[in-house]
Amino acid sequence: MTDIAFLLNGETVRSGGAPTRSLLDYLREQRGLTGTKEGCNEGDCGACTVIVTDPEGGLRALNACILFLPQLAGRAVRTVEGLAEAGALHPVQQAMVDHHGSQCGFCTPGFVMSMAAAHAQGRTDHDDQLAGNLCRCTGYAPIIRAARAAEGTPLPAWIENDRAKLEALIATGSAGDATARADAAAAPAGGRAPYEPEAGRGTGKTLTEAPGFIPENADELAAWYLDHPDATLIAGATDVALWVTKGLRALPETAFLNRCADLQTIEREDGRIRFGAGVTMTRVLETLDAPYPSYAEMVRRYGSVQVRNAATIGGSLANGSPIGDNAPALIALGATIHLRRGDARRELPLEDFFIDYGKQDRQASEFVEAVSLPEGRETFRVYKISKRFDQDISAVCAAFDVTVKDGTVTSARTGFGGMAATPKRASAFEAALTGKPWNMESVEAALPTLAEDFTPLSDMRASAQYRLEAAQGLARRYFAEVSGQKTSVLEVRA
Amino acid sequence: MSVGLPLPHDSAVLHVTGQARYIDDIPAPAHALHLAFGLSRIARGRVVSMNLDKVRAAPRVALVLTADDLDRPADCSPSAHDEPLLSDGTVHYIGQQLFLVAADSHLAARKAARLAEVEYDEETPILTVEQALAANARFEDGPRVWSKGDAEAAIAKAPRKLRGRIEMGGQEHFYLEGMAAMAQPQEDGVTIHSSTQHPTEIQHKVADALGLPMSAVKVECRRMGGGFGGKESQGNALAVACAIVAQKTGRACRMRYDRDDDMTITGKRHDFRVDYEVGFDDRGRVLGLDFTHYTRCGWSLDLSLPVADRAMLHADNAYLLEAVRITSHRLKTNHQSATAYRGFGGPQGVLGIERVMDEVAHCLGLDPIELRRRNYYRAASELNKQAQHHDDPTPSLPAENDTDLASRGAQAQLPTGNAEPESGSNTTPYGMEVTDFILHEMTERLLETSDYRARREAIAAWNAENPILKRGIGFSPVKFGISFTLTHLNQAGALVHVYQDGSIHLNHGGTEMGQGLFRKVAQVAASRFGVGIERVRITATDTHKVPNTSATAASSGSDLNGMAAQNACDTIRDRIADFLAGLHQCAASEVRFENDEVHVGGEVLRFEQAVKLAYEARVSLSATGFYKTPDLKWDRIKGQGRPFFYFAHGAAVTEVVIDTLTGENRILRTDILHDAGQSLNPALDKGQIEGGYVQGAGWLTTEELVWDDKGALRTHAPSTYKIPACSDRPDLFHVDLWDVPNPAQTVYRSKAVGEPPFMLGISAFLALSHAASACGPVYPNLDAPATAERVLAACRRARG
Repeated sequence: MTDIAFLLNGETVRSGGAPTRSLLDYLREQRGLTGTKEGCNEGDCGACTVIVTDPEGGLRALNACILFLPQLAGRAVRTVEGLAEAGALHPVQQAMVDHHGSQCGFCTPGFVMSMAAAHAQGRTDHDDQLAGNLCRCTGYAPIIRAARAAEGTPLPAWIENDRAKLEALIATGSAGDATARADAAAAPAGGRAPYEPEAGRGTGKTLTEAPGFIPENADELAAWYLDHPDATLIAGATDVALWVTKGLRALPETAFLNRCADLQTIEREDGRIRFGAGVTMTRVLETLDAPYPSYAEMVRRYGSVQVRNAATIGGSLANGSPIGDNAPALIALGATIHLRRGDARRELPLEDFFIDYGKQDRQASEFVEAVSLPEGRETFRVYKISKRFDQDISAVCAAFDVTVKDGTVTSARTGFGGMAATPKRASAFEAALTGKPWNMESVEAALPTLAEDFTPLSDMRASAQYRLEAAQGLARRYFAEVSGQKTSVLEVRA
Repeated sequence: MSVGLPLPHDSAVLHVTGQARYIDDIPAPAHALHLAFGLSRIARGRVVSMNLDKVRAAPRVALVLTADDLDRPADCSPSAHDEPLLSDGTVHYIGQQLFLVAADSHLAARKAARLAEVEYDEETPILTVEQALAANARFEDGPRVWSKGDAEAAIAKAPRKLRGRIEMGGQEHFYLEGMAAMAQPQEDGVTIHSSTQHPTEIQHKVADALGLPMSAVKVECRRMGGGFGGKESQGNALAVACAIVAQKTGRACRMRYDRDDDMTITGKRHDFRVDYEVGFDDRGRVLGLDFTHYTRCGWSLDLSLPVADRAMLHADNAYLLEAVRITSHRLKTNHQSATAYRGFGGPQGVLGIERVMDEVAHCLGLDPIELRRRNYYRAASELNKQAQHHDDPTPSLPAENDTDLASRGAQAQLPTGNAEPESGSNTTPYGMEVTDFILHEMTERLLETSDYRARREAIAAWNAENPILKRGIGFSPVKFGISFTLTHLNQAGALVHVYQDGSIHLNHGGTEMGQGLFRKVAQVAASRFGVGIERVRITATDTHKVPNTSATAASSGSDLNGMAAQNACDTIRDRIADFLAGLHQCAASEVRFENDEVHVGGEVLRFEQAVKLAYEARVSLSATGFYKTPDLKWDRIKGQGRPFFYFAHGAAVTEVVIDTLTGENRILRTDILHDAGQSLNPALDKGQIEGGYVQGAGWLTTEELVWDDKGALRTHAPSTYKIPACSDRPDLFHVDLWDVPNPAQTVYRSKAVGEPPFMLGISAFLALSHAASACGPVYPNLDAPATAERVLAACRRARG
């Protein structure tokens, strides 16, 4: 049992149970709060969106289906049931009614929560704010009309109230006495059977999950991990949660890292940016928006607001995915990954971290502490190709950074995802380009070498042939774009 | 009057506050069991052995059932009794249900279901059109062929001809609420809560599985979290499973598919290959056309015959064809059984001929809209004749006990009435005279409001200046036939109570899946009584209140149920009027119901006063209403008759941009003009049009179903199957209603609107094709869905 306390719609609750119980299951099955819906159980549809207030007071929309309860320790959760106050609908709720923003209504609670989170932050980039919420009925137009109508309307009082209560909760210790009275309030609503911790999660054996470990800083984590080398480290859980919700796996030992503030720092020094491994992709996007707009745009597209709010840059590298979009971009930028085991630290070029499919250069009890990258690479661009523009995994991700001096290519760095078992550089292509005059003829002459660098697979996202063609197309796009041509379909308006 | 007002969805406030209850939100009674199916992992073969010991031993498992454990065979098919609830040992697709687990939590049941040890004798699955044709694996004894005139001769004589092919993928419904059901045992029967478009079908299948009369099975559905056709027949298995376990254990049972199971088990839109050969003249007038449809129906019959029929019925779309032959192959493959999906085959038929029009226009260098207008049916305004009326057909139906009378897949093949071709100069390929065609006028208006001509020129100029990005613009019309093609399904019932306080309770046979049907029918009821909408309450669709319902499908919900409710209301209203007229010594026809008042003999009563008086005078304030669609006759074997009561129309212009280096693309602007007759609720109708368009565009762009060479569906969750997201809708999106009364006598002269706008998404596909054709002189032959990959291939083909 992992005991944690958090605020739920303004009331303090304490929860025990398996550390990999999702907030969604907890809300629906234990609390009878069935307004939060399960649409996919993998963070792709947003029907389970809730608002989480952090100790620092920031509000985030998150997917409850891929959020484990220990991640909520000392935070405040708002569900759709807690949005309206004193019988008055929240402005986004009223706008959704007025503008016919719901049809079947199943996605609506999730939309309303995303809209309320955006409303609280004054965001008006509605297409992006709602990219993580799928609606199959309306075609989205009335939802956007509603979001626009609610812009600038007054904030609900619960935002400040939750912040104040959260401070009080934290002051008393988040798993301490202050939460005891909440147990009485935990009686299920709606006549559901109370939740009992499960034995045998995931297998026929009587295997029980150990309590999740929640370190307060990286030192605690490093020490604990030495003794628990088989544990699963969980930061944002946007990937690991699927092992549980889809794979039905048990995670015998877990550590939850989101209270390690020292893993969430962003430092700029000597022309480099160093991201702590626990920095969320939301903050990565904000940080890279100015120096690397194409990177920020790629981050905007690869995960929705809810996913970016949870996912961390360290997690996206540590999981070794061949289709993650960060690694190719960072490899092209010449990023360094910083690893730590106990008190021992080492660093290596990111491309060397990825050894083979599912295999990284990471020793037992070693974890990713940070990643650092250079600033000022103005010639850097990254592109992703996916079936859908927003919230989709890439068929191909390609990053380029070509340095030209006096019309001649002096160095070329690339990073490709979706083309091989690991994210990697196209070394033959880079070599073919280096030393050549920087023009379209040189690019065209180098393109065939991409077929030497990569033998991509065919799968549900794209055929091998398309992956190669698209990779070549992106190399052409890179040249065209840095030469000032119009290349992005996103820039065209009717 | 309430009808015609843009009132919000009846559950809008419940939706936004999370209080709207779906099946899995209903509190379960104590000790409820949760069910999960164990699924086949091979596509074709036999189960040699199935060791379920570990499943039975798994924590919290109460019961495990195989087909052998059932007291009587349980079937889930809506048509041919070919879908056993649990496999009899033969396996037909990956995802077929082999056994059933009941546990005391959803998760425990799912986990246990994965512990089975199954050995198979595997056979080579039939997966492709070619494999199915080679094996002659098909439903019905051969292809269905309908014709009008002599297509072969006409094509041979035509000055120009071409032949081609378009492949179009299927489509996952992706209703946000997955399949769900709950069964509660009763003293002498069972109550089922089901997320279903067809409560009567659930009732029938459950009664059959339990050996009970239908009267002992009550099925309720307050709302679905989306249906789109996916919940017409595919919910049967969950309801039947819950009912069986409830009967065996005496415990309430609930079942829901998680998203992966839902997509792995349930059927989708039929994919189609359409081959065509067309003869035409230099002006682009089509002289002869020969279509061959190939569709993969999956492993069982389900509703595939009427789906494939409707594809044939829409192979003409908006075009008058003098000589045409349509051949339809319904192929049996080892996939999920393809099922109903918004449009029910219509979109596939329409896309086939829109492709032909597009290619002919490209071949002649003609503007594709001009070419289409030359081929349109003659305008109703020019025909100068009244709509034809026919004798009401007398249904003659087969009498076997277990026929699924209420299903669109019913095997009733006897012709209804004497279905001979109608004579005239504006007949469809199936011999129906088109008397209400309004697309000439609608097209002209849409061309103006969308500024089509100027934009087409501007796009050509822009493309000449931009080597990498290309824009395209596409137009598509739709003429969609309204009625169930199984004629006897075109009936509906309603039950209306007026209470002594003047409140009104309304039930009808239709189900609410988001389309706003409950609101529309309530608006009809309020209008009949001349009262405000707040007086009218509609509760869950319930087979114990309104029996023998047809599926809420074929866009028919408001046409049928609105009329039935109107008839019920009128019965009560007339009783009140008769009574008050007697009291005031005036004619009943002089009694007026309006503004929450009743005007009689110079006196004005509040509605509730009038009701109270009627109650005290012992006037019955409860009535049923019934409606059947007139003027239908149809012989599906001959392909002749009048299967539709009327046609609904629409037209759209879409502009896109593509990247010719990668095939990436965006929809930039869409203009739609749609015919909803005299709208019952313009806000809800507009919602259907916007939503239908985006769903249709999704079908033809990002939504790609991928099966591997073993027959496993690889796109079984939103991580891999991509329905449109928020930013995929057109940035500029103009929707207007062609607000003209339906010449056919429908409820308040409105028109059905659920399915027709789906086909307007075809304009996006045609725009992508147009953009690709800017790469070179060759017709790009774009296939669907037009993913970035297919768009890139089309650009390559265009270059030659």
